[in-house]
Amino acid sequence: MLIELKEIKKTYNQGRPNEHIALGGISLSIDEGLLTVLKGPSGSGKTTLLSILGCMARPTSGRIMLREREITSLPERFLTDIRRSTFGFIFQQFNLIKGISALENVMVPAYPRGEKRHILKEKAGHLLELFNISHKASARIEWLSGGEAQRVTIARALINDPKALIADEPTAHLDTRLSLEFMEIMGRLKGEGKTLLIASHDPIVYNSAVVDRIVEMRDGMLVATGSG
Amino acid sequence: MSWVEKQRNIIDFTISSLFRRKGKIAALTAVYTLIVFILASVIFFTSAIRREASLILRDAPEIVVQRLVAGRHDLIPLSYAERIREIRGVQAVSGRLWGYYYDPVYGANYTLVVPVDFPHPPGNIVIGDGLKRSSGATRDDIFPLRSHDGAMIPFIIKETISAASDLITADTILISEEDFRSLFGIAGGYATDLTLKVRNPKELSTIARKIGMIYPDTRPISRDEILRTYESVFDWRGGMMIVVLSGSVLAFVIFAWDKATGLSAEEKKEIGILKGLGWETSDVLLMKFWEGTAVSLSSFLMGILLAYCHVFFTASTLFEPALKGWSVIYPDFRLTPFIDPLQVANLFFLTVIPYTVATIAPSWRAATIDPDAVMRG
Amino acid sequence: MVLNPAVIALLTGSLLIAFMLLYAVWHGVRILARWDIGSGSELQLSLERRTYLISTIVSYTMAFQLLSLFHFIYTADSIHGLFSGAMCAAGVLNLNAFGYPLLIMKIVNFLLAGIWLIINHADTRGYDYPLIKVKYALLLSIAPLVLLETFLEFEYFLGLHADVITSCCGSLFSIDKPGLAGDLASLPIGPMEAAFFAGMAATFVAGLYFCRKGKGGYIFSALSFFTFLIAAASLISFICLYFYELPTHHCPFCILQKEYGYIGYALYITLLGGGVTGLGTGVLMPLRTLGSMDLVIPALQRKLAVISMIFYLLFTLITCCRMLFSSLRL
Repeated sequence: MLIELKEIKKTYNQGRPNEHIALGGISLSIDEGLLTVLKGPSGSGKTTLLSILGCMARPTSGRIMLREREITSLPERFLTDIRRSTFGFIFQQFNLIKGISALENVMVPAYPRGEKRHILKEKAGHLLELFNISHKASARIEWLSGGEAQRVTIARALINDPKALIADEPTAHLDTRLSLEFMEIMGRLKGEGKTLLIASHDPIVYNSAVVDRIVEMRDGMLVATGSG
Repeated sequence: MSWVEKQRNIIDFTISSLFRRKGKIAALTAVYTLIVFILASVIFFTSAIRREASLILRDAPEIVVQRLVAGRHDLIPLSYAERIREIRGVQAVSGRLWGYYYDPVYGANYTLVVPVDFPHPPGNIVIGDGLKRSSGATRDDIFPLRSHDGAMIPFIIKETISAASDLITADTILISEEDFRSLFGIAGGYATDLTLKVRNPKELSTIARKIGMIYPDTRPISRDEILRTYESVFDWRGGMMIVVLSGSVLAFVIFAWDKATGLSAEEKKEIGILKGLGWETSDVLLMKFWEGTAVSLSSFLMGILLAYCHVFFTASTLFEPALKGWSVIYPDFRLTPFIDPLQVANLFFLTVIPYTVATIAPSWRAATIDPDAVMRG
Repeated sequence: MVLNPAVIALLTGSLLIAFMLLYAVWHGVRILARWDIGSGSELQLSLERRTYLISTIVSYTMAFQLLSLFHFIYTADSIHGLFSGAMCAAGVLNLNAFGYPLLIMKIVNFLLAGIWLIINHADTRGYDYPLIKVKYALLLSIAPLVLLETFLEFEYFLGLHADVITSCCGSLFSIDKPGLAGDLASLPIGPMEAAFFAGMAATFVAGLYFCRKGKGGYIFSALSFFTFLIAAASLISFICLYFYELPTHHCPFCILQKEYGYIGYALYITLLGGGVTGLGTGVLMPLRTLGSMDLVIPALQRKLAVISMIFYLLFTLITCCRMLFSSLRL
């Protein structure tokens, strides 16, 4: 088991008139090496749950265990360190940094680790090659198509060699062909031993053959769990 | 050495990030450079003049004895020199002749000096470069001066003093003793003041005291006192200028603070992305530190360079209107280039440190942006 | 009152440093009052974020404090022409009762700021912020000292009058003058040299032992501080003499001038560096038992001890080189 959540609650703007309960008490465990899909309509709390699972946000109450180690109240410095080496993120909006090349975008998450620059460049180049976009390595982000940008974000998520990949609505801006291609890449990564966590309400995603488990959410609570 | 590599990577990213905000950074750097330029010009100028003055004064006589009548400077009888010469420790005493001449034609004041040995026969004068420039007269021209009894005496300009010493000789006329005495009507037994050469500089105050006791109507002035007074005046003037300019430094600091706090949506998003990708708050703080360093370093160096050129190569042209004041004869402020670490340190404390202090809190606020909030966009 | 650009810069710097520190203390008090590492509440998160602000501020303060220390001496030196009798900073500092206390205050504050940064560094390595209370309590005690320093600085410069006659370093640091300066200058050279080299040697031995075995931290720290004081006294007593090549010139400030290649800066930076890291090692000793510090502190202490020894080694090398090559023979 990779991550375990115990009674996780998340409330935004606690105590104020615009208080919003995003998660109302979730207990969940994610297994290593499997592809889990979080399914649910928008507003169901999928993104919030992903943030918490990926150690990007802290729950209002509840406990998180990462491989048997409690990390709920770790100071940010350590949480970030753990996150950097454990999780790779693929955001819904891609969130690539404009004005720098694709190659540099892939290298950015690794800058704080102080690796030698040329080694980093090699790694990044290798990853871009893996996803067939090395010909666009020095291209500026603004000139890439949706699918190409998507592949750059996947490469970027892998630069620190994480154990798990978290993707938030990855196919939202992709057509059918590219969405299928995306799932195929996910399958490949699963084959390499990575744990995959995808939040999506796209049938192409949750009906895919590579999915091991579907977790349904509605209004901040779990509905049912089943296998795909 | 991973620490070095980490800095290198972050510096790389910082520089590219700065270029992505060219307009804003350019405005900031321009204002920053301007502030450094102005302060540096003032500091370089006053330090250089201060230094020139002390260098010039090094050749001044150790003690000058003046006579006061009713609190005003009057002619001193050369007979005083006899008794002063007898004071132990005094090597030599000589009378000095100099004075001022107001020329109504040009509306200017000249300083007339009788040098120790005047190389030309009476009837000839030597004029300073500033005088030459303002009157248009050159060698062999006739330069008339009005004597104390109203007669116009035509003097011939034999040569001009080189422009290199213009700072002190711009308005100077060198003249023979004979001519000086007849021009101003000063009898042979009197001089403007007495200059002393003293064997041991430690005895200065004792000798000065003794002179005061023998001739209570005299005022002995030591070179050290003059030096100290000049330094004091220059320091004070320099200091006043800085205080006056502090208003502009304050304005700059507020401007810098405003620029630092006003993060555009684009900048906020970028930091949010970095945090989301695994950059810690301290990493973003480091980036902000390098940003500040890059801006400060380039502005500081450029400002100093420009000020150096301004003060030492263009003779402080921008300050001209402020410096000219009353003078009709205005020396060319060709100062010897002089810069020392203290001046650079002063500039650093007056510009870089206020800038850094103003940007600490905004940098921190930027670095603590919650990635979560930005991601949901 | 002396109002030249250097003095204005110095006073501006001091005011800014005092302002920054007060700002840090204000935040620090709030942290001390509400800190609760166990809770994941939003308040706790914002407090954690605030600690970054405070470390940043204090880091900058320490850097500026170090620069200001040297800037102060340089400024004092540069205005010696305004006062009869003063040939260098020594005379200028002696002009009123605030001069030397101000210098001592600046050195003390520099050491304290350095110690704070060392503790802060250890704290950030631990995943449970174990030293938070220690840190901010220390900050609260440093703040009034910095304010005192600023006050002394204003009193000193505002009390300077250009005509007052003072003593030059020659007479201040002369052997027959009563007072601390004279006493330091008149310390017999032979025993002083012995004490200096013995102190350095003892510090090295204790340091190496500490790095090897991890024991004797207090002894090393005490020895290093003791050596710090001895080295400072030695500077006045005999080390300066070799630089000036004059058996009577004991002034510790003249070596900062251009004529001596600004070597004074190298000596003082290495001495202060060695002193602060040595002290830091000792200060961290009692904190080893707090929280996760038993994993973090020993390694940090070892590093500090090594740095301290390197600084002291450099100091000793510069001194020895000079002693060997100087034309003065004592």
